[in-house]
Amino acid sequence: MRDFLLLLADNTQILGHRLGEWCGHGPELEIDMAMTNLALDLIGQSRNYYQYAADLEGAGRTEDDLAYLRDAREFRNCLLVEQPNGDFAHTVARNFLFDSWHFFFLQALCQSNDDRLAAIAVKSVKEVTYHLRWSSEWVIRLGDGTEESHKRIQDAFDNLWTYRGELLAPAPYETEAANAGYGVDLHAISSRKCSTFSALTQTQSGNE
Amino acid sequence: MSTQVSLEERFQARIDAEQKIEPKDWMPEAYRKTLIRQISQHAHSEVVGMLPEGNWITRAPSLRRKVALLAKIQDEAGHGLYLYSAAETLGISREELYNELLSGKAKYSSIFNYPTLTWADMGAVGWLVDGAAIMNQVALCKCSYGPYARAMVRVCKEESFHQRQGFELLLTLSKGTPEQHAMAQDAINRWWWPSMMMFGPNDSDSPHSAQSMRWKIKQKFVDMIAEQIKVLNMTLPDPDLRWNEERGHYDFGTIDWTEFNEVLKGNGPCNRERLAARRKAWEEGAWVREAAMAHAAKRQQSV
Ligand SMILES: [Fe+2]
Ligand SMILES: [Fe+2]
Repeated sequence: MRDFLLLLADNTQILGHRLGEWCGHGPELEIDMAMTNLALDLIGQSRNYYQYAADLEGAGRTEDDLAYLRDAREFRNCLLVEQPNGDFAHTVARNFLFDSWHFFFLQALCQSNDDRLAAIAVKSVKEVTYHLRWSSEWVIRLGDGTEESHKRIQDAFDNLWTYRGELLAPAPYETEAANAGYGVDLHAISSRKCSTFSALTQTQSGNE
Repeated sequence: MSTQVSLEERFQARIDAEQKIEPKDWMPEAYRKTLIRQISQHAHSEVVGMLPEGNWITRAPSLRRKVALLAKIQDEAGHGLYLYSAAETLGISREELYNELLSGKAKYSSIFNYPTLTWADMGAVGWLVDGAAIMNQVALCKCSYGPYARAMVRVCKEESFHQRQGFELLLTLSKGTPEQHAMAQDAINRWWWPSMMMFGPNDSDSPHSAQSMRWKIKQKFVDMIAEQIKVLNMTLPDPDLRWNEERGHYDFGTIDWTEFNEVLKGNGPCNRERLAARRKAWEEGAWVREAAMAHAAKRQQSV
């Protein structure tokens, strides 16, 4: 359970951290504020998971001990979320790949047999619905916008595509979590994620 | 000619009656120009002001502090947005306003040309800089131009929250280890005089009433901070600061204007860095803004 919580906590913390790097440097004030919103949501979610993990430990450690004082090798996050922001297209592509997984993952996690985890998922899925809409809309905008933006978002997907597999390949503690009923069966969500993605890429090429 | 006179008279009558002027109302050209300059300078200050604090987001010492700092800087972006929108009602585009900032034609508050060297600066900036900004800006909530006045009501409400948050951060450091206490004191030492500079020079050129008004506001700021510093168990770097029983106010020393004039002239520690960061964000974002516009245009055509 602790490993599973740390996976969720680390994923959201690291992506929130990356988005926070944009604050004050966005392409436009409105986009800047939107990315800060995403960062705030994600770091907020990570705090819920870290606090839960700390409570489970019962060793007097805090959310910050878990977030700040673990060694790099102990971090459970997927490689996708730690990828540098790059240009705005890379940020959008990275977030879209993550959000489209995260959304279905949280939907399934709402059914967790662990009440506290289910409650966190219910709250988070509302936020992540908006995250997925934000990144999807930008994928479409950039894909459809200008020749340059199309090339940039395509390059970004080419560069980041390789990291998507990890999201659907369960670690042993994720399989254990799924079997015990408090986690998520990744095979079940993979088909739903794929259909969202192909629907979106079709919209994108349809607009060309 | 006669219509012109009556328009001006009507405008003046509304000002005298303390009624708000709205975007569609006739206004003298000088009034419009002054407002654009003042509001845009204010908007630029909010946006440039995001940079010194943004410097510490990735290094905030706890998740709670990180969230609070992100939210604070996002508020400043929101202030920039309200104010640019208020300026746009006067018939100038955000792009034009931005170009004036990036070319160095438009000014922003010099306070943001100082560096944020330690985490304690996040407290000192909130407490002193946002604190001084509120003192200066409260009166603007009642200014004659409706959109500016309404924007300022929202801005001031959030600034006072920032000030309390900054104070709380310093108080935590003050009660922490000796190193943390010393770090907070150092930040206060560095930010005190620059925040006093925000009340402007006591130049004899400005009209008497404006000067005495500014003096009153500055005195109010000093009186407030001089009391709060005691709660922090720290000191202000002014050897002349002392309570004057007769006046019922704190006396305080004079600013070293030679340093501040250098900062105003663009020779401060971070002038170049701040503008370079804004320019980089604007230039690197150009293709994103173009893509969004191109997409919107295509969508409109296909409808
Ligand atoms: Fe502000
Ligand atoms: Fe503020």
